[in-house]
Formats: sequence, C-alpha cells, structure tokens
Amino acid sequence: MSPQVRMINDIAVQFRHQGLDTAAAAIAEHVRAFWDPRMRAELLRRVDAEPESLDPLALAAALLLTSP
Amino acid sequence: MSLLKEPDLGTPARPGPATVSIEVDGLPVTVPEGTSVMRAAALCGIDVPKLCATDSLEAFGSCRLCLVEIDGRRGTPASCTTPVTDGMRVRTQTPKLEKLRQGVMELYISDHPLDCLTCSANGDCELQDMSGAVGLRQVRYGYDGANHRDEKTDTSNPYFDFEASKCISCSRCVRACGEVQGTFALTIEGRGFESKVSAGGTDFMSSECVSCGACVQACPTATLQEKSVIQLGMPSRSVITTCAYCGVGCSFKAELRGAELVRMVPYKDGGANEGHSCVKGRFAFGYATHPDRVLTPMVRARITDEWQPVDWDTAIAFTAAKLRDIQTRHGVAAIGGITSSRTTNEEVYVVQKMIRAAFGNNNVDTCARVCHSPTGYGLKQTFGTSAGTQDFRSVAESDVIMVIGANPTDGHPVFASRMKRRLREGAQLIVIDPRRIDLVRSPHIEARHHLQLAPGTNVAIVNALAHVVLTEGLVDRTFVDERCEDFDDWAEFIACAENSPEAVEELTGVPAEEVRAAARLFATGGNGAIYYGLGVTEHSQGSTMVMGMANLAMATGNIGREGVGVNPLRGQNNVQGSCDMGSFPHELPGYRHVSDDVVRGVFENMWGSTLQAEPGLRIPNMFDAAIDGSFRALYVQGEDIAQSDPNIKHVHAALAALELVVVQDLFLNETAKFAHVFLPGTSFLEKDGTFTNAERRINRVRPVMAPKTGKHEWQIVAEIAQAMGYPMHYDSSSQIMDEIAALTPTFAGVSFEKLDKLGSVQWPCNDNAPEGTPIMHRDGFVRGRGRFVQTPFVPTRERSTRKYPLILTTGRILSQYNVGAQTRRTANVAWHPEDVLEIHPHDAEVRGIRDGDEVMLTSRVGATSLRAVLADRMPVGVVYTTFHHPVTGANVVTTENSDWATNCPEYKVTAVQVGLTSPAMAG
Repeated sequence: MSPQVRMINDIAVQFRHQGLDTAAAAIAEHVRAFWDPRMRAELLRRVDAEPESLDPLALAAALLLTSP
Repeated sequence: MSLLKEPDLGTPARPGPATVSIEVDGLPVTVPEGTSVMRAAALCGIDVPKLCATDSLEAFGSCRLCLVEIDGRRGTPASCTTPVTDGMRVRTQTPKLEKLRQGVMELYISDHPLDCLTCSANGDCELQDMSGAVGLRQVRYGYDGANHRDEKTDTSNPYFDFEASKCISCSRCVRACGEVQGTFALTIEGRGFESKVSAGGTDFMSSECVSCGACVQACPTATLQEKSVIQLGMPSRSVITTCAYCGVGCSFKAELRGAELVRMVPYKDGGANEGHSCVKGRFAFGYATHPDRVLTPMVRARITDEWQPVDWDTAIAFTAAKLRDIQTRHGVAAIGGITSSRTTNEEVYVVQKMIRAAFGNNNVDTCARVCHSPTGYGLKQTFGTSAGTQDFRSVAESDVIMVIGANPTDGHPVFASRMKRRLREGAQLIVIDPRRIDLVRSPHIEARHHLQLAPGTNVAIVNALAHVVLTEGLVDRTFVDERCEDFDDWAEFIACAENSPEAVEELTGVPAEEVRAAARLFATGGNGAIYYGLGVTEHSQGSTMVMGMANLAMATGNIGREGVGVNPLRGQNNVQGSCDMGSFPHELPGYRHVSDDVVRGVFENMWGSTLQAEPGLRIPNMFDAAIDGSFRALYVQGEDIAQSDPNIKHVHAALAALELVVVQDLFLNETAKFAHVFLPGTSFLEKDGTFTNAERRINRVRPVMAPKTGKHEWQIVAEIAQAMGYPMHYDSSSQIMDEIAALTPTFAGVSFEKLDKLGSVQWPCNDNAPEGTPIMHRDGFVRGRGRFVQTPFVPTRERSTRKYPLILTTGRILSQYNVGAQTRRTANVAWHPEDVLEIHPHDAEVRGIRDGDEVMLTSRVGATSLRAVLADRMPVGVVYTTFHHPVTGANVVTTENSDWATNCPEYKVTAVQVGLTSPAMAG
C-alpha cells in the first residue's frame, strides 16, 4: 500500500463518526491543508489505479480533491 | 560581567498583600506578612550573620549565628525563624550579640581544618566570611580535642566531592535535597557530636542522589564542591544563559575562569527554574569542548569517500551549487531541509527562511514532527493556539495534578521538583501510564490513582474520564456555556455507553471503578491541571488524545487561571520555538497557513521573494519522496534522523537514495554517515539568540565564548542562501529577532533589549501584553470560544500477536538526553552506559531470561540486541527501552505507523518478541 493511501485511510477512520458528506469534506480539507501537492497527485493516481485500496470514505474525500 | 554573586536574603519570600512595618537598627522597612526578621533586615541592607540559612530553603534555626535582640522580648531569638510583627524594633549588632556569635564561631572553627589558603572554596566560603563578619580573632578551645578533621572524602560522584572533614552539619544540603529537589537522598545520621551528613548510609554514587547539584549549591563550605572547581579554581566571571537540554529552559550562570568554563550554576532569577537544576544542565556541559567535535567544514563527492576538510567559502559554494544543480535537473521542489529544536529561534528562523525564500518551496520540517506535532494540531483545533496554557509556577496552585504519558522526574526533572513540592503540600496526583513511573510512589509522594493502561489506549481512557464527568453531572456548565462551543454534539458522543469505563475496561486494562474515582477527583478536587508528554503524542491517535485532554479540561472548567490547564512537557530545549518560527511545511512563523494570501504577502514583501502557497513535505514524506525519486537533497540542522526517527532501515534507505545530504551539527553523527557536506555547528555556549521553552518563555542564550568554528550558524545559512542567489544578510542575531517580531504578531514586542531588561517573556508579547502572557485563555480562548471535538477511539493497527506478543514502549532516562549525542560525551555515562530492556519478571521468566542477560528484541521491521533488566515497574506484556545509544539503535524496531493528523511516529506502541540472544548464554 502506498504511503498516501495508508495515510488517507488512517485519516478517514478518525472522521467516520461525522457521516459521509461532512467527513469527506473534512478529510479533503485536511489533506489540502497538510499535504504536499505531489502527495495529492500520487493519491489521485492511486485512486485511478487501485480504488479498492482506499477506504470508501477516503475515496469519497479523494474525489473531492479533484475538484477545486 | 564579573562573577555574579546573587544576593541571599536568608529566608524565602512570603508573597501576599498584607504588609508589616518594622525597624531594623533604626531603619524602617515594610515587608509582606510572614517575612522573617532576617529577610526584613536584608531588604533594608543589613546582613545578619548566618550559616544554616539561605533564601532557597525554609528557615531551620540551627546555627545560632543569626541571633538578634528585639525590643520588649527576652533573650536573643534567631532572626531566621522569627517572623516580623508590626512595630517590631530589632537590633542586629550589640556587644552581647557580638560575644554570642564569636562564641558560636569559635566552636565551629575548633572543629574545622584551617587550610583556607589551599581550600577549593577559598574566596567562596561562608564559614570564612562569617568568621570575618563576627570578628573572630581567637579560638579558645584549641584544636586538639575530639574532632572530625580525619573524616574521609567521598569522591564517588563524577561531578562533585563530599569532603566530610569540612562539614559543619548545618543541614543545608539535606534540606536542599528534600525541599528543593524532593529526592530526600541525604540525611543527618547520628546525634550530637556523632551527627553527620549521610547519603543514606552509602556513598553518593550508590545512593538515591540524582546529582541535581542542589546540595552543592547550598553548601556554605567546601564540603560539597564541584570537581571542576577543585581542579580549575574559582571562576571569576559569569554569563547568564539558558540550558540547551530539555524544554524546561533553565537559566544558568555560566561561570568562567578566563576563557574556560568552570561550572554552570542555576540562576535564582531564572523564570523557569528559579535557582534549581538537574544533572544534565548543571554538570553535563563537557560535550561542548569534547575532542569529538568537528570544527572544520568537510565535503565529499560520495559517501564512500573520505571526508575532505575545506574552508568555509568552499563548503558554502559547494553546497549552494549542488542544491541549485539538483533543482535545475529535478525541479524546485526536489530539495528541502529540517530545522533543529536544539538551535535558537533565530537559527531556526533563518533556515526556514532559506528554504522558503532561497530554495523556493515549503519543504521544511522540524524534529518536533516526531515529538509534539500532535500538540500543535490538537491544541490549535480546540483552543486556537499551538502551545501549552500555563507557566511552570502555576503548578503551585494546582489541587489535582494529572500526569499522562510523561515521566517528569526523568524527562523534565526541574519541573518535576516543583510538582513534587506541590504534591508534598497536599495536592492529589493521578498518573496515567503503562509504567509505574517514579512519581507513582516516591519519598513523600504517592499517586491517589495510577491508571496503568495498556499502551495505545489513551483515547479510550480520556473518553472514559470525560464520560464519567458528563454522566455524573460534574460538568462545569457555567464555564462551558460562557466560553465553549460544540458542547452538545460532544456530549451526545461522549455519553455513549461505548465510552463508559466499564465498556473500555477490558481494552485498557484499567478497572472501571478506578477510572470513575479518578474522574470524580479531577472534576471536583479544585484546580485540575494536566501535564503530558510523548506518551500522549507519539501514537497513531496522538492528535485525538490531545483534543481529548482539551475536552476534559474545558468540561471541568480547568482553563484560564492559575493551577489548571493543558500543559505539554516538551522534549528538547527549543521545541516550542522551532514550531513558533515556522518550521512546519504548512505554516509560516506564528502558525499562519501558507495558503493565506494576505499573510504570505506580508512575508513576500519583507523577504523580497515569491513564496509557495502549497504545503511542502513533512519529514516522513521526505523519506518516502527520496525513495520514489522526487526528492533529491536534504539539509539537516542539528538532528540525527538516522538514529532518532522510526524504522531506521527505511530512513537509511531514504538517506542513501539522496544525491546530497548536508549535515550541520557538532559531531559526525549517524546521519553524517550519509552526508556529502558537513557544516560544523555551534554549541549553546557559543550561540547568541533565544530559546522558547515549554511554557512559551523566551529566554536569552548569551555567548559564553566565541564560536569555535569561526561562524555563527545563522551566518552560514545566510551565506548559503546568498550563494544560491537570494540576498540574505544579518549583522547580528538581535537583528533577526527584530525581523521575527516585525512578522509574527505574538512576538511583536520581543527584542533582545526587552529580554535583557525583563529576564524573559512568555508569548504572546505585544501591545496587549507588553510583558508577556504567563497564563493563556484567561478571558476567552485564542480562537474565540473553546471548541469541543469528538474523539472516537480508533485502535492502532499495531497489534500484539503470537509471534510478537509484547508491546515495546520507549522513553528517556534522567542522565541521558535524546540520541545521547551530548550526554554520551560526558561523565553521565556513569549512570547509563547502555540502553537496556526493562521487562517484567514474569515475562522474563517464561522466556528463560535473567537479569543482565543479553536479549534479542525483534519487531515486524527489525531487530536489535541489548541487555535485559528485570523491573516490576513494567506491567506484564510491556517492555521498555531508551534510544540514547546508537549501538542499540532502538528505532530499528519501531514502525512507520504515525499519528493520523501529523505523522508523528508511533514510538510508544511496537509489537515485539524478546528472547535470549543465544541459548548458551542462558546458562
């Protein structure tokens, strides 16, 4: 598992109690605030290549990163 | 300055609003109620002769030298034990007093070696001074009677001698050991003429003594004397500076004889330590002049080549050219750097500035990443500021002290002494830690509750504590309603049965009733203060736990006044400062996000450079990027990442993959084995700048000597930036602080001039608080309202299994510090020459391990061997070691798991197995 996938999955579990939409937005905000752009780009490559490796909540958050 | 001899007013101050006016030798003086006659006299400039009294200790009244006459009172009371009363008229010098004092001194001197000319304390001996003060001219009793002049000298301690023949049994050392240090290692043995100071019936080295030096400082003769003074002679000048070890930030007088540092004496006016010290700050400074220090820059093309010493210009040009070349080939973001929490604010500031402005990216991180980054995240989310809430002094007002994941007597000993003093006065203690740390039970201290939880279950415990507070109606609703937000959502979450002590009992291993009792005590016992350490932060839920503690403090109304708060105990001397100075990849100085256009614009204007609006790489991300090839060069200042960071194999692979590693340090450390450039650094004795301690206190670090390398570290950094084409020049460290103050709102009022005038200030220091802010969030939280955050417990993925059935947790020991680079180069190795593995006797027995056996410690990522020590302070199933020695390399076994929010490594939970290195050794 790539470090980016491992990290966003770890983040996702912490936000799970908030419900899908709120949590996905919060995770995406967290990633935008703290991750270097190349890490975000690598995450998005993983989303395309191996979406099954992402926690569903992490996947929802990652998809938000593709939009502004 | 010439040798600073601090005034000694004889007895401690008695703060309080009520005052009393008296007359001493005809001079009027008004003092706080409860002040001693001796101190009142000293405050109006009259020194009453004394031997057993000193203002760091309570009055004892044994030496019979400080006698005075008081109008209307019979006899000659001791001025140290006599409190002032209104209208009192005191006479300190009369023929009667003179005769009495001379008689007392005659008795002392008749049993004292009169070797003043060759005595190591000559010129700094209170017995000598008092002989003069009382006008002693003869000793009628002769010197041939029974005496103690043949008593043996105890030289066992590496730093000081105990010359018993010179002891006057004043008990100052014994009282200092108890009152100031709280160790109670010393006692007076025997009675009458046979009474003598004893280190528990053994020599000092074998005793409970922790070598804090309080006894040496208190001794009025040469009985307890630093070996360095005995060897080098009395110092003749002092420089006031700040210790470079832990985050307590003790102030010291560096006392020199010519250019040679003779000793470090804790400074009574030091805001953090108020005259106290520990073995490291007091004695372990020899590393600064150790022959291992590298003083000349060195370069090499490949890490398999020999180092080539070069001059500074060559080293700087080489470094700058290599960095630019890598950026040309691999992009602007292919390089980055790590700042050091051992360097000054000014040094950190210029490194992050070089990275942001000259490198052109935000790839800057600091070693705080691997210790307290969850503190920054968690406290900012809840309180709005990335720092602890109190000053150390505040603990004196605490009624219930909760220590979580910290071992203050080893890690922050000077603060621990303050805490222990308060506990002896009656404050209650709750310890939350897998280990039975010393605080749980030590002389005159016993924790009311020790929640001996399983490693990795902090969040479950803090939620359970909060659950009890909420469900038993112990919430401070007034505080919550007036000052906090999001309480209702949090209350709904925390009230869930899954957070109850009963529900988490099996998981945490802590009996539910014990959790309930601790919660009730914390919520109802008066001022409740939380102190915590890396046993909180270095977990995969470190940030969650910090927020959980903040929730608990808010729910119980324990924020915003003396004696309460949430207080991180910082590991290194300038962890707080390195974070304040903008070392995190997403934050500019003052914790402002790089994406904030307005803030970035201010920096761009001042720095004359375009700054990136995107966060850069954190340290673990740098390692990953090095391995994937997108990160090619690393500048490391004052950190030994090859020893201190987790999963060493991974770190080594990352370092080996880099094209350029630049190490700026005192010694050729483990990281330097992977370096192409070595830039020698300056020790704290050579630095000119500031450190910010765990209580946000900005302390001056003054140069005791010129840089042995010929350059300050900030000069080197500025010259590299310039060689890379970015104009960066400073004339002094003070000028750098002025720039910091101009750019950082919480530092707006800070300058070297102000620090020199006030001694220190605690940030925020600005127009609203021109002399600093000891207690945060008094009238409101920095973020407006304190925010309750839901903190569900998510277990770590690291689990014990049949193959790895034990959990390893790591930490520090009193005599060593961090990776040991400094303390291993001092006599402190006498106490801790190697890392050992502490293991419960039961776990040892089932593995056939005996005390002292060499064992193999194995985890999923690596293995190392070390000596086992059987210790019942460990719970069954948990083992412990330190990471002070590279030969052990304890981090070879720690994993890549890290805090979800900050990537702070999970040093505290590693599943391991332990077995004898070789069965043959078991015999």
